[in-house]
Amino acid sequence: MDTRNFTFMFYGFLAAWVILAAYVVALVRRENRLKRELENVKRMLEERARK
Amino acid sequence: MRQKLMIVLCGLAAALLARNLFVMLLRLPDEAAQGPIFRIIFFHVPAAWTAFLGFFAAMVASILCLVRKDLRYDAVAVAVTEVGLAFAAANLVTGMIWGRIIWGIWWTWDARLTSMLVCWLLYAGYLMLRHAVEEPTQRARIAAVMSIFAFVDVPIVFFSIKWWRTQHPQPVVWGGGSMDPAYWNMLFLNWAPLLALGIVLAMIRMRQEQQQREIDALRRWAHAL
Repeated sequence: MDTRNFTFMFYGFLAAWVILAAYVVALVRRENRLKRELENVKRMLEERARK
Repeated sequence: MRQKLMIVLCGLAAALLARNLFVMLLRLPDEAAQGPIFRIIFFHVPAAWTAFLGFFAAMVASILCLVRKDLRYDAVAVAVTEVGLAFAAANLVTGMIWGRIIWGIWWTWDARLTSMLVCWLLYAGYLMLRHAVEEPTQRARIAAVMSIFAFVDVPIVFFSIKWWRTQHPQPVVWGGGSMDPAYWNMLFLNWAPLLALGIVLAMIRMRQEQQQREIDALRRWAHAL
């Protein structure tokens, strides 16, 4: 079997999953940012309500 | 309910993918002319189908957003576009890796490859455009028009191998290409987990978009107090 051919098949599989994994990481980061933003807004609302 | 559906889809996708990888790598014989690299098709083609389905859904959601003036459709459009773009990137990169072995080059400005790259750039432009407009209603309207316009390229990508002489192989689903039934089955069987993953990712992204809108509304309310 041509080793290079097999290696590139592996690269192809890997590339597809790395791209999708990178998108999942981006989604997780956005989720964390949203949680932080929600906390900030809640704090802001509490402060305004106290005033 | 939505959470349960996502868990079920993820579980099914993981199980099917594990089974497919086993069959793909250990059971299916190498393609006679191309060797092991041929197996890239099992990710390359389903990734394109998933991306196109996402872009189609984005176009439908964009039309509904313009007609009904409902921002929920805008959330659907952005979610499926983002997911479609990730799958389109996977399609382009796997195709380049296949081309390096079969054609001896990473890239050629052939009609199929170029139109697919243009498609990717159009949808990347759609996402960038959204960042440029602050006001949500105006952003939804402009983005919807852009999404409908970008979809014009999808049939061009699809039919490019019919309309022009290209280096890209003829389609295996319709037209001049042909494939062994075992490869055929694997192509569709591997589309299922990718599609399930795409649906889960789109659902997560849609929820995030709704959360963002709620946070923005709360912030406006807090400033108004």
